[in-house]
Amino acid sequence: MRPVQIKEGIYWVGAVDWNNIDFHGYSLARFGTTYNAYLVIDEKVTLFDTVKASFRDDFLECLSQVIDPCKIDYIVANHLEPDHSGCLPELIAACKPEKVFCSPMGQRAMEAHFDTTGWPVEAMKSGSTLSLGKRTVQFLETRMLHWPDSMLSYIPEERLLIANDAFGQNIASSERFADEIDRAQLKRRMTEYYANIITPYSSVVEKTLAGVAEMGLDIDMIAPDHGLIFRGREMVDFALETYAGFAAQKPTNRAVVVFDTMWHSTERMAHAVADGLMDEGVSVRVMHLKSFHHSDVMTEIFQAGAVVVGSPTHNNGILPLVADLLTYMKGLRPQNKVGAAFGSFGWSGECVKLITQWLTDMSFEVVDPAVKVKHVPDRAVLDQCVELGRAVGRALKAKL
Amino acid sequence: MDKYVCTICGYVYDPAEGDPDSNVPAGTSFDDLPAGWVCPVCGAPKDQFEKE
Repeated sequence: MRPVQIKEGIYWVGAVDWNNIDFHGYSLARFGTTYNAYLVIDEKVTLFDTVKASFRDDFLECLSQVIDPCKIDYIVANHLEPDHSGCLPELIAACKPEKVFCSPMGQRAMEAHFDTTGWPVEAMKSGSTLSLGKRTVQFLETRMLHWPDSMLSYIPEERLLIANDAFGQNIASSERFADEIDRAQLKRRMTEYYANIITPYSSVVEKTLAGVAEMGLDIDMIAPDHGLIFRGREMVDFALETYAGFAAQKPTNRAVVVFDTMWHSTERMAHAVADGLMDEGVSVRVMHLKSFHHSDVMTEIFQAGAVVVGSPTHNNGILPLVADLLTYMKGLRPQNKVGAAFGSFGWSGECVKLITQWLTDMSFEVVDPAVKVKHVPDRAVLDQCVELGRAVGRALKAKL
Repeated sequence: MDKYVCTICGYVYDPAEGDPDSNVPAGTSFDDLPAGWVCPVCGAPKDQFEKE
């Protein structure tokens, strides 16, 4: 990609990853992604972040279209995850920058990723500032948003917040600005990103948003390190309000019935549970884990108020894809959910109890009684599943 | 003495180890940590910790 001027003297110089849908080994980015880096031309030419190492040649080519990379004076590493720091070693060796800035936790992360011998690293605490000449940079540490080293860089003269992974979206596109694509699609990509990456740190998001408000930052552009840039006050407000909504994790009148099945018994039970939820006027998404990746399921769960999980008992345990989802979901710590379990079995039938324990451990409001059936559900068992769906629906409504 | 876990990042404060990076000697109970002490991994304050 060619560089794109996003403000006078400030350029997007990132890379577009059109065809890689495996995002960091744990979730899917079905629409590709970008690794955004930003170059500020000032008395001190400053680069904010780099890109994934495999895009080094594209990145250097893009940078070179704005300025000889050897003229870079400062590099700011807002986050050390390799999709943003991957080109640091080559760039530092080639450009010999005067300084490389990161957060105090970033310095530790940098040393754990790279041989930093001879690198002119300076750790910047939250609230510290750096003059680039005509512009200044204010640093704001955002530990665990979403790594300990994460920080934001704010340039007050430009009203520009370089936000690193916050406000990101996995979209590979020719557009660079969020107002250039459909708003519903934008919100969907923001939701997927938040659901699969940021959810466990929602309390940090709330604290950061409060901190940004308290500092009275005047922002008219948010430039994240993945996806599209929010320009103009209306888009900035949209991004901030969307994140405030995400972080609150208020329950909605939506449910996900997620399951895996061997001989279709648990599948039939899933459909009956869904019928019960619909009886109570709840919007339902039924998801078979052989058809949906856990990150797609998590996006739905994040937006739902209730999660009903079904699995047959397999070798005294949970069917592998359901166990995978439970592990993934537990790590993301979704809040304010109603939950319940169901499933068939052949001889032992522990699975429903095991799933219920997982849901309890995740602080879900668990609705009893879970439904289990030996081998094949008959009409009476399916009625119990319908009743379970209705009970989950009622419990959900009480929370709305 | 009880261990406490940071609910933000999962770091476990073990009184037997203390927190040498923040000059907290081994043998310091969680209750005796200074008020301004924060999680050495993610910076969360004490009230974000739960008994393990």
